[in-house]
Formats: sequence, C-alpha cells, structure tokens
Amino acid sequence: MTTIAPAIGQSLDRVDGRAKVTGSARYFAETPIPGISYAVLVGSRIANGRITGIDAGDARAEEGVLAVLTHENLPSIAEQPPLIPSLGGTAAPGQTFFPMQDDVVHYAGQHIAIVVADTLERAQYAASLIRVSYEERPPLVTLDQGRDQAYVPDRVFGGWLPGRVSRGDIETGLAAADVRVDTTFSYAANNHNPLEPSGTTAEWDGDEVLLHDATQGVNATQITVARQLGIPLSKIRVIGHYVGGSFGSKAMIHDHAALAALAAREVGRPVKLVLTREQMFTSVGHREEQEQRITLGATRDGRLTGIRHHKLSPTSHFDDWAEPSLGVSPEIYGCPNFDGVYRIFRANTMTPTFMRAPGEASGMFALECAMDELAGELGMDPIELRERNLSAVSPSSGRPWSSSGLLECYRRGAERFGWEGRDPRPGRRREGNWLIGTGMASAGYPVVLPPNPQRARARMYADGTAVVQAATPDFGTGVATVMTQVAADALGMSLDRCRFENGDTDLPNIAAAVGSAGSGMISAAVHSAATALRNQLIAQATGDSNSPLYGADPVDVVVQDGVMTAGTARESYAELLQRDVQPDAEATGTWSPPGGDPGYGMMTFGAQFAEVAVDAELGLVRVRRLTGAFAPGRVLNPKLARSQLMGGMLWGLGQALLEANHMHPRTGRWAGASLGEYLVAVNADAPDVDVELVEVEDSVVNPLGVKGVGEIGQVGVAAAIANAVHHATGRRVRKLPIAIEDLL
Amino acid sequence: MSVRSSDLTERGQALDERGPGPVTVVLSVNGTERSLEIEPRVSLLDALREHLDLTGAKKGCDQGTCGTCTVWVDGNRVLSCLTLALTCEGHEVTTVEGLADGEELHAMQRAFIAEDAFQCGFCTPGQIMSAVALLKEGHAHDDAEIKEWMSGNICRCAAYPHIRAAIRAVRDEAQ
Repeated sequence: MTTIAPAIGQSLDRVDGRAKVTGSARYFAETPIPGISYAVLVGSRIANGRITGIDAGDARAEEGVLAVLTHENLPSIAEQPPLIPSLGGTAAPGQTFFPMQDDVVHYAGQHIAIVVADTLERAQYAASLIRVSYEERPPLVTLDQGRDQAYVPDRVFGGWLPGRVSRGDIETGLAAADVRVDTTFSYAANNHNPLEPSGTTAEWDGDEVLLHDATQGVNATQITVARQLGIPLSKIRVIGHYVGGSFGSKAMIHDHAALAALAAREVGRPVKLVLTREQMFTSVGHREEQEQRITLGATRDGRLTGIRHHKLSPTSHFDDWAEPSLGVSPEIYGCPNFDGVYRIFRANTMTPTFMRAPGEASGMFALECAMDELAGELGMDPIELRERNLSAVSPSSGRPWSSSGLLECYRRGAERFGWEGRDPRPGRRREGNWLIGTGMASAGYPVVLPPNPQRARARMYADGTAVVQAATPDFGTGVATVMTQVAADALGMSLDRCRFENGDTDLPNIAAAVGSAGSGMISAAVHSAATALRNQLIAQATGDSNSPLYGADPVDVVVQDGVMTAGTARESYAELLQRDVQPDAEATGTWSPPGGDPGYGMMTFGAQFAEVAVDAELGLVRVRRLTGAFAPGRVLNPKLARSQLMGGMLWGLGQALLEANHMHPRTGRWAGASLGEYLVAVNADAPDVDVELVEVEDSVVNPLGVKGVGEIGQVGVAAAIANAVHHATGRRVRKLPIAIEDLL
Repeated sequence: MSVRSSDLTERGQALDERGPGPVTVVLSVNGTERSLEIEPRVSLLDALREHLDLTGAKKGCDQGTCGTCTVWVDGNRVLSCLTLALTCEGHEVTTVEGLADGEELHAMQRAFIAEDAFQCGFCTPGQIMSAVALLKEGHAHDDAEIKEWMSGNICRCAAYPHIRAAIRAVRDEAQ
C-alpha cells in the first residue's frame, strides 16, 4: 500500500526551469571538449543502386581535413544487432542495417561518407567537394508503386507484434450487422523534427569511449554502440542530461552514434557529429506513409458486431516494420469479432520508426472517423454510440481493466466542451464566411511495461540532504521534477533538500523512456530506492542504543521533514548519521514489472473534442478550440502533465491539418526535407487548449499507479478535427493531413 | 556584379576585404568585448556556440526556419544562423545569457517558468529573446498579434498557449 505524501500531485514548477530559461542547460553538443573536431555526414543522392566510385581527393586536400571515411576505408563494425524496441533493455538499433559496409544504396540519404575536420565550416565545405558516381536503378518508394508486392509478415514492430490479429469470426459479425460502414483512409508520411537535431560526440581515452548523445535512453545507446563496436559495456559511458525533444526520433539508436565513435577513433581526436535538419528526414526513421481500411458492422441500436481493420504500408529492405495501427481498435470497444491485418512491402526507405503515439494516432483516426460515420448512419449522437460499446473488460483478453475512466472522460469532456444540445446536422452553423462544426473522438493508448527490472539509487548525506539517481535523460517530460517529488515523499523530506540526478550510464540502469512508460517505471524505481533508504535509516535508528528511537517498532516510525518520530521520540536523519560519524547512507531500489499475464487489461483512455471553422470559399480550416479529458492513473504533477497532454493534442492538430511528407516516385527522395516545406504547428496555428484530468486509481500497472501522459494526448485529435470538418461542411475527408484542396 | 563603395551599403562604412583564412573578429557580446580567430564564413551562431562557449542560442535548422538561434543585434531580433559573425563587429550582440541581471531573472524568464511555457527547453532561449523583443516592438496588444509575431519561433513540444500566457503576464505586469 502506497501512501500519498505531500509532494506528489503538486503542480510544481520544473526544477530545471532556471537552467532552460537562462541558456545554461547543456544539450549533448554543448559540452566543451578540448581538441574537438567536427564530423559531417554525406548522404546518398540516389535511392536505389550502387556506388561505383567516390572521389574524395579534393576534400582530403582541404586545409584542416582530418579524415574522409567511406565504405572503402571505414573499419567494419563488429555486428549489427537486430531491431528490438529500446524499452527491451537490449541493443536497439533503428534498423537491421549499418551503412558504409559495402557499396549498395538502399535509400536516399543513406550515409555514404563522413568528413572530419578541425572546424565545422571546413568539414561542411570539404563534404561538398566529394564526388560520388552511382549505378542507379529506379526506386520503389510509394504505396502505389509497391501495392502489388505487399505481403502479410509474421511479426511487425521489431518482432513485438503479430502481423495478423483476430478474434471471433469477422464474416459472421459483419453479416449480422444492420448497418455497415466501409471506408479507406490514406496518410502522408510524417517526420518527427524535434528542434534539437540528433547527434553524438565521442571522446576516446585509450580503449574507453565517452559519448554525449541525444537519446531517450543512455543505456540503449551504450548497449547498441558496444555491440556495434565490439567493445565491453564497461568501456563505454554515455551521458545525455538534456535532450531537445525526441518524439520517437531518439527512441532507437541510429547509426550516427557508432559512426561518431568510429570517426573519433580514426582521427585520434574527440569528434562532434550533429545531423543537419535535412538529414533528420533520412537518418532517424519516420512515420510511414500508409493506407487503412476499416469496416464496421453494428446493430440498429448501435452495438458493434464486427470491426475489420487492415493496413498497407512500405517498410525497408531489412525489417518488417509497421507502426502498430491495429493496437487500439480491437481493444477500445466491446465487439466480439475483430480482424486486423498488416500488409507491408519492401521499399527504398530506411526502416520507419516510432513517432509519437506510433500506430495509435493513425489507427484511431480511421476507427474514430468510421465511428462518426456510423453514428450518422444510425442517427445517433457520437458519444451515445461510443457509450453503448463501452467494455468493462479488455475485449481481446476478457480480463478486467486495471483502471479505465473512459466514461468519465466522455462526460467531463463533453461538459467542459459544451457538447450537449449539439445539432448533429452538418453545415448548419455559419458565422460570416466561416462554417462552424464540432466533433469528438475516443482516445486509447496501451500501458506498456518494460520486460526488465528498473533500478534507482538514493543517498542521504549527513547534513540531511539527499540525492536520488537513475540513468534516464530528460527530453522534455519533466522527469527530473516529478522524480524529485517521488523521492521526497518516499524519504519523508522537503523537496528543497532532495535532488534528482540523471542522464548518465554510470547511474543505475533504466530502460529507454518510450511508449509513455517513463513516468511509471522510473517512479517505481525511485520510489523503491527512496523507500529502501528510509527503511534502512529507520532500522539503524531503532537498533542503535544511542538513538532516542532505540527499541521502537520500525513500523511505528513516521518521517516528516527528514525527522523520524515514534511517539515522543524524535531524531532526524542528519542527527543519526552525524552521531554515527557516517558521511552518508545509500540504498538501491529495484522495481520488477509484473511478468507474464498480469491478469488485467491495461490501457490509458481519454476523449477528444474539437471545434473548427472552415472558410466556405477558400477551404481554409482553423481549429478554434480543443478539449481533452484523460484518465492517466495517478498524476504526479498536474502542471507538467497538462503541458504534455496539451502538446500531444497540438500534435494531433498538426497531424490533422499540416504534417505531410511524400517520397517522389522518380527520385525516391522526400519532397520536403526542411521546416520550410514540412509544416508543423506554429504559434498562429495553436488555439487555446483545455485539458481535463480524470484521476483513476490503478494498483496493477506499477507501485504509484502511473499510466503516463506522453502520447495519449495526441490519440483521437485528428479524428475529432476531421469529424468537426464534416459537421461544418458535410464533407468527409478520409486522408491526412486534410488540405485546402480537399475542401474546395 | 561587384561594387565596393562605402556609400552603397545601408549599414554605413563598407567592411574591408578579409579572409578567406582565419581573421581576427572582435564582437561585443552581452556587454563584453570578445576577440576571435575565425574564418569570415563563420555564422554568428557558430561563433557564439563553438568559439565563445555561449550555447544558449540553439541550432535547430541552420536555415532560418525555426527561430531557435534568435539573438539581438543592437536590440533587434535576428536569426544568428543566417548572420555572419564578421558583420556584427561594431554592433552589440545580446544572447539569452545576457538577459538576467546577475542572479535576478528577467521578468520574461520568470514568466516562462511560472506558465510552464516549455518542455524540452531547446527552443526556449529563442522564444524568450523573441518575446522580450516583441513587447518592445509593440506587437503584443492581443493574442492574435502575439500569435502572428511569435510564429517565427517553432516549439515542437507545442507549448504555444503557455508561451502566450507568459507574454501576456509580462505585458500586463508592465502596465
């Protein structure tokens, strides 16, 4: 039983706020390293073929150039481990392919050379002088080019999920329906574009290497690069305190990390390698272009009888990757018959990867738009339709939910948004030239548990201040802030005497913070370590004949503000340690996630509401307001949780209306590889956002009952917006993003 | 066409031809004169980050599209990735490191913390330099104006509503 102490649940300001607003927070590329040199990557111009020659003579002759490395002279890597999601705690390369090992080109932008020079400008200029000749073959990159070659893979998503998911009998289910909706949705590819480009600095000292890396998991970087270089884990240390956003682009360890280490070893100097913005489109994965077909069957009273959800998407030459778009659709509504199939085909692309709400955001666009169409067919309110299909158990396993809150999310979201009394007929509201519409959608995101134990360490100093440590970086989640809160409560101390230290593989191992699992698993480890230290100090006091607490039953001892009390006897941590001439005391805590079948369905739920205005003549869509209600278990810090949920919702806006990339069918290259061409939401796009937190108790997922807020905020937003566009205009747009030309 | 005539430049005296090798460049940054040996092709952003260890201004795109590199030159916001360091001689450069008064944060820095106007923090120095300049420019009368004039600074964490709240708070505090 976990007691709730004062710090958890407080809307504390970020502990690293001052560092971030003054510019003193150091991101990976900003650690001063004496003698640093600069590496610049060169990418392939073609998307398919072979390198027939690389002329680097002019580049090598440039002043300050230390090395030009290509497949002809780069030392081979020891191995390229298979792609396994970084939550697994093993090596986690972004794809089962490592560049510059031979002359074959699989995709445009594939790294084919590294130039290292004493200044960045010299490296960049020398890189521009490299002349590459190719034997070029036509690329295969788009859905329409590869559709005929699609196959159903055994497994997708790094081998973690089956290529086909089904229950019941879909044909029977659809045959039993009074009403059917059958629609196909298409999606442009998306690129993460965190504002901090990925990169790595590498500094060798003998046979040991220190990396500064922009990563969601320093341990993931350590393990992956150690395997690629064939060096012991004890010889590689990775530091990554501040990370300038990731959204999945830094969840897997892409090849630049090992390339930086290899380059530094070759030139015998520390090397800094930072991807350019353009390279961010071709070096860290992306959300794949895709097509999804949904068929819903329902009875006249709105009960779902069958859901068929098929997806088609391109993957790389090396990996059977598809983001798990069919993960939530079998789970969120009670429906006896489900059929889900992934179909993929090999294309000239790097392996796609996780991108915020990977699969959930795209899959729930299809399902929730189809549900809106179904509500229209049935003449039923969209919320009413969803409530009729609520399931008290996980429909796929039949197990009860560890916690839900979905109904409460519908109700509170609808109330805050002002849903009641909505005229369901499309195209009825007009303000001047603007057509106004509202829409809603459900949100769901699985609770993902790491397969391995998670650890943290707590240390109490003799002055009564504490440091709690875990390896995780902070890429904007606020982990340093909330873990300070968790540690302070477990130790029974005030926040200002407690510091959380993170972002270094020399600290206790934590899996990469992905899949919204960070706050749950790290809080579990921190809580465990801090509780162990508190219990250790209480035992020391109650067993110490010099302590006022001597002889007290440890279970009767309470700690507040660092003072242990049993009845009238009191002693502070500091007094105990000072009297015993002990400079500090330390404990490690381990949280082992429940393995096997936890006996529950575990998912985070929410509800999204949007109001849009569509220019009747120009087709311009403006989102006027968004409301989201979410049930993420226990909320450790409402202020920070709201910020992350708001950010996710605005990502949903970008997904709905702005974010698109397309591979050119002839060149095999991205049509837009800059922030001038790949549009993301800017201040002018972002309306005010209303976030409602529906706290639910969960005693299953982890000790503090934390389900995470990193991704659920985005799920369903695009559908709510598309449904609102339909409500405003009467037009169903079944593609993302929705563009002006779709509404003219 | 190459015309070298001091009276044809808008900013006054034309610069002497220097380079292409490293040359001495003297910059006044946050009120302190700093001397650098850099090639003329070095951007103001790289001069700050790689040569002066002032890493508050960030390199998000190096193409003038994201705004993370925003600093002031003579009090005006500029994109330091598209500005050559050499051209800033004789002008006052201010970065986010020069905004606080010793330990005392600027009101905008305090408001960004209070409103939680950032998450990862990478765009924050640029946002703050833009936000302070925005108030001076008189472009913060209402939310529509703030939105428009802050749209050169992308925040991929999408803290935009909170960035507007911080700007409103400082604006209203000053009135």
